[in-house]
Amino acid sequence: MYISVRDRPAGGTTRGSSSTRPPVGRVVITLGIVSLLTDVSSESVSAILPLYLTAVVGLTPVAYGLIDGLYQGVSALVRLGGGWLADASDRPKWVAFLGYGLSAVARVFLLFASGAAGIAAVVTADRIGKGIRTAPRDAMISTATPTEHLGRAFGVHRMLDTIGAALGPLIAFGLLVIVPGGYSVVLVVSLAFALAGVALLGLLGPDVRARRDRERSSGPTPPPFRWRDLTDARLRPLLAVAGVLGLLTIGDGFIYLALLDHGGINVTWFPLFYVGTNVAYLLLAVPIGRLADRVGRARTLVVGHLALVGAYLCAVLPTSTAAATVGTLLLLGTFYAATDGVIAAIAGRLVPVQARSSGIAAAQTVVALARMLASAGFGLLWLLLGPTVAMATVAALLALAVLAAATRIPRLDGAAVTT
Amino acid sequence: MSTRARVLAFIAVVVAIAVAATVYVVDQGREVRAERAAEPEAEQTPIAEVTDGPRIVFRHTGLDSQYGVVAVVPLDDPGGPRAFTGVSCNRVAARPEGASCLISDEGVATSYEGVELDADWQQVASNDLPGIPSRTRLSPDGTLVATTVFVAGHSYMSTGFSTATEVHEFGGGERWGNLEKFQLVVDGREVNPVDRNVWGVTFVDDDTFYATVATGGSTWLVEGDLAERTLTTVSQDAECPSLSPDGTRVAFKVDVDPGRLVEWQIAVLDLTTGERTLLEAGPRGLDDQVEWLDDDTVIYGMPRADEPGVTDTWAVDTTPDAAPELLIEQAWSATVVR
Repeated sequence: MYISVRDRPAGGTTRGSSSTRPPVGRVVITLGIVSLLTDVSSESVSAILPLYLTAVVGLTPVAYGLIDGLYQGVSALVRLGGGWLADASDRPKWVAFLGYGLSAVARVFLLFASGAAGIAAVVTADRIGKGIRTAPRDAMISTATPTEHLGRAFGVHRMLDTIGAALGPLIAFGLLVIVPGGYSVVLVVSLAFALAGVALLGLLGPDVRARRDRERSSGPTPPPFRWRDLTDARLRPLLAVAGVLGLLTIGDGFIYLALLDHGGINVTWFPLFYVGTNVAYLLLAVPIGRLADRVGRARTLVVGHLALVGAYLCAVLPTSTAAATVGTLLLLGTFYAATDGVIAAIAGRLVPVQARSSGIAAAQTVVALARMLASAGFGLLWLLLGPTVAMATVAALLALAVLAAATRIPRLDGAAVTT
Repeated sequence: MSTRARVLAFIAVVVAIAVAATVYVVDQGREVRAERAAEPEAEQTPIAEVTDGPRIVFRHTGLDSQYGVVAVVPLDDPGGPRAFTGVSCNRVAARPEGASCLISDEGVATSYEGVELDADWQQVASNDLPGIPSRTRLSPDGTLVATTVFVAGHSYMSTGFSTATEVHEFGGGERWGNLEKFQLVVDGREVNPVDRNVWGVTFVDDDTFYATVATGGSTWLVEGDLAERTLTTVSQDAECPSLSPDGTRVAFKVDVDPGRLVEWQIAVLDLTTGERTLLEAGPRGLDDQVEWLDDDTVIYGMPRADEPGVTDTWAVDTTPDAAPELLIEQAWSATVVR
């Protein structure tokens, strides 16, 4: 089955963006639905996990929250490993399959896990699975999409992914209404969604193989992947920009806390902050992705951080109202729509074709590590300056960083792309 | 495999998964309904038999028609017949004057409520709670209520959790708000860490209480002052304190295996001498705010490993080598009413 071939631009020719847009490729839709199913699975569990731990297992989320932070670093390393494996084998589909499969297997064990250790192990396995699959999956989207429509393709994928994340909690709490106290029912249904996602990828996911396809299209045979490919002169400015901006990207949790700290907003609304951000993200992912295709993806990525500057400021406005809260969440959703998929779209084109997964993984890892540092550092700043001054300071620094990063936009958007 | 075969295989897999999951959901739904319709195995007695003398009030956790309902047993016969009150609570605390009851209404939009009840278990006040019920306590004369809930981050990919602990007058009236807003004094120095969490209040009187404060990865036993709005550290590494009836000692849980995982044991602090006793032969891995049965014995809930949802209440002497004894089966969130 080589359906994926028709999703690829013919021989790497560049077509100008015109009103006759081709439909979004089958690879993107398939991978998007795989992500949707998987996110329904993971978010339905995470929505009930705190209740499950307190009501049934008899643990407090404290035991679990402590473990939570520890594995972020592991996840970053795993991501690079997943990217490398996909490139070295030229089998991104099966590496992604491994990641999705691992998360599905973790759900089976969650049914039987009791005690903090067991649950921590399962959650870690789930996260490792996520680390493994992300870059190969994004590389497949990148390979299967013409360069001029990359932003839109990633937008469609992220939209589907986020729809899954929004549906998961609804399904979980709906099930608890049908079966009171039926946490095992939620876990089983979550497993069912995970397995459906894995089956969809395994059976119908196109086997996108950039290197082999290049050989077939009688082009020059790309050399095997070498780590040196990641020091590509085109990729380096992207990593620098992503790193600097990431260092000023504090966790959403802080922004939500700042909104709460102001008073005026009832803490009951806390879970809805996350939902609001997601809804904004899923609505804007495609339009902003298309915009990125028109005006330049690096420009969108850099300027998109101004939405985050706005979110920081909006969260600490002296007049904290419902409007300020909605504004903050909208800006935060805009920020994700302008950055999360867009950076993968850029990275996949700035490395040789045999390093596509690793290149995307490198950019995502830089972002993840920089944000971890940012959150740790910001905690300290909040302590010293209080929420309002701390947020305003980070907003000002981020605005400056956007100005500095803007000088790299022409180089990034003008770089020769690997088609 | 041809594309057609793959599509058919996928459809077959999805149908099989959907059928299996649906059968499981329906089956579990039926089982839960049957369970919830069953009469309790525990012996019962009319409520009038137990309301006069000293008694223990708790949440019944047998998987039956009374699951989650508050029950009462006489203090001198805790293993004997129990009387059901008809009120359901996730967490309950009681005094002769009334009770505080924390409830979660599970639904598509799960909501949480704190209800205050009079001596006849009739509702006198209710408040929305900002998260999952964790602890509640009443002051000795029943005029103040403390509640702790978990304000859970919606996604485990985001920010862990935080607690919200509030104190207010029973039945409405004055509210002191979230104790996180109180001035924290660590080792005599005023500090304002952003990551502070407060939980597990135990009242001394209507102005003073003990509680837990966590910040920067450490926990402290703090003494709180409602009039001054301060929390002052007393001792490090202590969670969910509970003051003995004579007011001389505080029992709490300590993490005896700090680091990767949490393993709690009970310790007791003598407030006059500052001496701390770890109940080494006591329970390991408990997660409850203990309650004092008398001046030498504490009681606590433990989930049954083999029966999810069922918990038993155990008692242990506050000496290092005392072994726990089962006090009340199918019981959780117990309070001694004297």
